Amino acid sequence: MKSAVIVFPGSNCDRDAAAALEQLTGEKPAMVWHADSELPDVDLVVLPGGFSYGDYLRCGAMAAQSHIMRDIREKADKGVAVLGICNGFQMLTETGMLPGALLRNADLKFVCRPVGLEVEETQSAFTRKYDRGQQVTFPVAHGDGNYFADDTTLDRLEGEGRVVFRYAKGDNPNGSARDIAGILSEKRNVMGLMPHPERVCDPLLGGTDGIALFQSLIEALS
Amino acid sequence: MKARVFVTLKNGVLDPQGKAIGNALHGLGFSQVGEVRQGKVIDLELSEPDAAKARAGVKEMCEKLLANTVIEKYEIELLQ
Repeated sequence: MKSAVIVFPGSNCDRDAAAALEQLTGEKPAMVWHADSELPDVDLVVLPGGFSYGDYLRCGAMAAQSHIMRDIREKADKGVAVLGICNGFQMLTETGMLPGALLRNADLKFVCRPVGLEVEETQSAFTRKYDRGQQVTFPVAHGDGNYFADDTTLDRLEGEGRVVFRYAKGDNPNGSARDIAGILSEKRNVMGLMPHPERVCDPLLGGTDGIALFQSLIEALS
Repeated sequence: MKARVFVTLKNGVLDPQGKAIGNALHGLGFSQVGEVRQGKVIDLELSEPDAAKARAGVKEMCEKLLANTVIEKYEIELLQ
């Protein structure tokens, strides 16, 4: 599986994502600068966490307008897998590649801790190696992760099996609608989530629950 | 021509910052304050002299970048 990690000014999880990808695929991902206009030929594009463009205007709003995003959108339309983690999820909603928006956390606090999640959907390239209903723990680190969409959109996401991860009951860290932590696009090749699977791919970092996500991608895309 | 854009959260979208401001105002003794909603103001200098064209241009800017219309609404004010 060939992958690329997009690097924006202010990204700070790009190297975490690259380390996880290299460790699990055995291949270094291409690190692509935001001002480049063309992606290399890859199976997976990762939009990493961080504070691209200093979160100016809205989180992810500037990144959504960057040069490279045009090509990412075109590739996604053709079926290339795109994974947006944290700030990457915010970018995907800002571009309209995923529905809804991420609002300021309901209690206004930046939240940085491990959270319990339930894997709700395993019919996807991102989660096929998990079991449906499996409980996992990923860390979160964000100030704007409160997932919002109107009821029609939420019903549709649930009805189409596009809610991939939900915060465990009583462990919703940001006020997200219906405890939603991660969703899929209509074609199911674009996923965004607020928690950080790339930070739990090595026992030294306190957990390995994220490994199955990357293994799912390797199995689906290789 | 100058334009001023007001961007605020749509009705029904939770505004925790507005809520916190409201609580702080109550703490200061302003008991007359009800709900508080906050937003942002963006001032633009435009080279377009025609008001209708200027407004149309700013509307497009709002739709494409200045506001996220999933959660925000905007108002445009033209200042001569």
